[in-house]
Amino acid sequence: MRKGEIVTAGVLALFSIYLMWKSTELPVGYVAGRGPGGGAWPFWLSAIMLLCCGMIAWNWWRRTSPPSQSDEPFLDGYGWRMVGFVGGGVIAFVALVEVISMYGAIAVFLFYYLRFLGRHSWGLSLGISLVTPILFFFFFEGAMQITMPTGLPFTDPVFDILYEIIY
Amino acid sequence: MSFTKRGVLKAACAALVVFAPLPAVAQDWEPRRPIDFTIMAGPGGGADQIARFIQSVAERYDMTNRPLVPTNRGGGSGAESLIHVSSVSDPDHTILVTLNSFFTTPLRQENLGIDIQTFTPVAMMGVDPFVLWVHVDSGITSLDQWIETVQGMNGDYVMGGTGTGQEDSIVIAYMSDAFDIEVNYIPYDGGGAVARDLAGQQIMATVNNPAEAKGFYEAGQFVPLVAFSDERLPAYPDVPTMRELGHDFSYYNQRAVVGAPGMSDEAAAYYQALFTQIYDSEEWQAYLESESLSPLWMDADQQRAYWATQVETHRALLAALGE
Amino acid sequence: MEILSLLGDGMLLALQPLNLMLIIVGVTIGLFIGAMPGLGSVNGVAILLPITFLVPPSGAIIFLAAIYYGAMYGGAISSITLGIPGASTAVATTFDGRPLARQGRASLALVTAAVASFIGGTVANVFFTAFAPLLASVALSFGPPEIFALMLLAFATFVGLGGDDIPKTVFSICFGLVLGAIGFDQISGAPRLVLFDINGFLQGIGFLVLAIGVYGIGEMLWTIEQSRGEVESETPRMTVKGMAADASESMRRGWKGTAIGSVLGFFVGILPAAGATPASLMSYGVAKMLSRNPKDYGRGTPDGVAAPEAANNSASTGSMLPMLTLGIPGSPTTAILLGGMVIWGLVPGPMLFVNETEFVWGLIGSFYISNVAAVLINLAFIPVFIWMLRMPFTILAPMIFVLSIAGGYAATRDMFDIWLIVIFGLGAFVLRRFDYPLAPAVLAIVLGPIAEPTLRQSLLLSSGDPSIFFTRPVAGPITVVALILIFLPALKLLRRGKRA
Repeated sequence: MRKGEIVTAGVLALFSIYLMWKSTELPVGYVAGRGPGGGAWPFWLSAIMLLCCGMIAWNWWRRTSPPSQSDEPFLDGYGWRMVGFVGGGVIAFVALVEVISMYGAIAVFLFYYLRFLGRHSWGLSLGISLVTPILFFFFFEGAMQITMPTGLPFTDPVFDILYEIIY
Repeated sequence: MSFTKRGVLKAACAALVVFAPLPAVAQDWEPRRPIDFTIMAGPGGGADQIARFIQSVAERYDMTNRPLVPTNRGGGSGAESLIHVSSVSDPDHTILVTLNSFFTTPLRQENLGIDIQTFTPVAMMGVDPFVLWVHVDSGITSLDQWIETVQGMNGDYVMGGTGTGQEDSIVIAYMSDAFDIEVNYIPYDGGGAVARDLAGQQIMATVNNPAEAKGFYEAGQFVPLVAFSDERLPAYPDVPTMRELGHDFSYYNQRAVVGAPGMSDEAAAYYQALFTQIYDSEEWQAYLESESLSPLWMDADQQRAYWATQVETHRALLAALGE
Repeated sequence: MEILSLLGDGMLLALQPLNLMLIIVGVTIGLFIGAMPGLGSVNGVAILLPITFLVPPSGAIIFLAAIYYGAMYGGAISSITLGIPGASTAVATTFDGRPLARQGRASLALVTAAVASFIGGTVANVFFTAFAPLLASVALSFGPPEIFALMLLAFATFVGLGGDDIPKTVFSICFGLVLGAIGFDQISGAPRLVLFDINGFLQGIGFLVLAIGVYGIGEMLWTIEQSRGEVESETPRMTVKGMAADASESMRRGWKGTAIGSVLGFFVGILPAAGATPASLMSYGVAKMLSRNPKDYGRGTPDGVAAPEAANNSASTGSMLPMLTLGIPGSPTTAILLGGMVIWGLVPGPMLFVNETEFVWGLIGSFYISNVAAVLINLAFIPVFIWMLRMPFTILAPMIFVLSIAGGYAATRDMFDIWLIVIFGLGAFVLRRFDYPLAPAVLAIVLGPIAEPTLRQSLLLSSGDPSIFFTRPVAGPITVVALILIFLPALKLLRRGKRA
């Protein structure tokens, strides 16, 4: 945790500097008679962010904040695995949305989570992961008229049929 | 209830007209999925109102076999919607309701790489004129009086608008130049907020579409001074036009529907037929009249030519603005 | 008296069998739409609009009001049960609603939210009925300097919301404000902070993108990691008796928050551009300030649920005021309602109240009726939501991820924003681990885009002279109070920090 605290503060400080630099594309000063320029608001707020990072680093050095005193690792083996499986699963889910459509991705993600992370039975996992996207389809497309991503063109025939049903 | 009666009466009249057999829309191509009806502005503005009006007309007479799904993508003066529409994977089901930022946004942000001539013309539903408004308490009743007041205030005259580079700022820039006046221009995030702050006299004058100021005009709070249209507006017969006053200037906001770049000819024909039908509907004609829009019907080729001239006009206007 | 008879007519209209059915259906639909993270009353009203041609306009208005009310109630449900604020108005509800749910008292939180919402909505309706035209002129007197002063006051209530680590809290606030500045500079019209020159940032970052990322993904990951996947739901079964006990407890321990939220919420809600989010936040802050046990806030006190819930319902009713009396939208939902009026052939504007009395009072009358229907239907559905919470965590967790992604897409319609949600979620998980409070960032991204333009508009009005915030009769006192509130606790904290 102690190492993580200062690394995080460092990364945030770099990001603050980037934001400050990016803000200077517009005037960051006080334009006489017109008030602050277009970049002033983000520039000075980013400057405060940078200052805060400095203070976080100072607290780290003095060991006053809880994370800077803690010796436990940022994540233990279990934590890394958990975050890897769940976080990675969510990333894969979103990536799949653009390939096999929102509903397809929901089915795959739910099945992956329920069966492999949740260790539920095959029947329950399959049942939930098939019924949910169908309910979602009727809710979003039918009732709310919100069109979700349909993925790559190869899904078209399926959606043509589904749209034929609801409209 | 009076409004109910009126509604029913209106519906009855409309039904007489529309339930007479409609000319069948060209049936070679039909949408197979919901139609992405992107609006180039946020909720509440003129473009949004028009899009939702069009949608309800289409819905009412069941003109489309798949619904029009309006989505507001107003971010970045419409840049958001231009990027969205030109990058969709399914151009046959994507149409866009535009205003003049269709011309100005690609000019002001060349890095977007948007060429509006790649878009597909669908329909010009009308053009929205601009009018100069002041608050009734200012006592100003004519343009000459207004110019005198503004000149007397040496740049302290406060006007509100929807932002530098937006339609109303172009009109104001023209006036500053033509009448040799200087105003303090405050940008707001929408025409509604501008009208509100004129009603509250936080600002002294605005250039706004009649639709957005109409309520306050009818309440006697706003006074129209001059219209930037070619001819007098039927709803405001006493308001002179800029041309009558000897200035060769008129400016309108386009209310047009365009298709995504790369739309197939069959799909374009379908939408053109659909919007012709909507344009000819009793409701749309009534809307044009009540909101003081001017009709400006054009076919596809005329629309393309119109875009080309508008781009040039706006290039010159924006250059004069110092953009 | 004339008002009362008009109102009576409006209510009678809403009580006709067909209309009453519309109300029940509308409230139920609204409740579920509002409970869905990402969807809110704006979606409900938008899908309804085109079919208003099919039913008589009176039925259409009633249906609209019912959906509007239902969605307002629903917002609290996802805040409490899932910990994801479905709308910016319900962020403050998570502060105490979520801890209550974690303590197995989700039913108390939900009942409190429903009862407080009902009272807030009713108080607002009464104010509305009695003072609408008068209040309209108050709303108009709020120009940019007044709104900025009000935002300052909202920020003042932030000060107590963060954690104990001052630099991290300030960082979080500034981070939210900077994220809100991404996109376009309203004043100069120039693109701003287009990070890494990716065009997707041109449209800015919406509140929901950050909120769903932080709460839907980040908090969930954190919970899964902390609990080692062994979250046991302690939520007890619901019984009618239990609910009655909850209702009486919610009134006993939440009446103060309800009272503050109802009144404050309405007055903030009627102001242009302010709306229900600052209203709920300020009510939470004020309730905490006035409380004898401010330490209970954030740990699950019914007052902390009641104040923002009463306020956001009250404010949402209040935000109808500029729409009906001036024809100006106070929120995206009212903007779409205004569009509806044009479709029905009405002219929104100051004359609406005078010329279309049946319409106006029909709408207000149906507000009263919808509010009653909404609280009853909401209470009836609470066991269903509690039952959802009793699902095993390994089913609930993936469902929340799915709701976050699908709901996020429904709100933004853009895959770029979905990727941002994932990035914010992973970032929030890391920051959460290092004790960075994130609620201030989520609130700052809502208030920043109101505060910055009004600050700069004011300075344009005064030709760059900041004294405009102090010399105007309404802005002046608000600014002074806000500055005192901001600097008092800050000084206190600094002194405490030095001693430590």
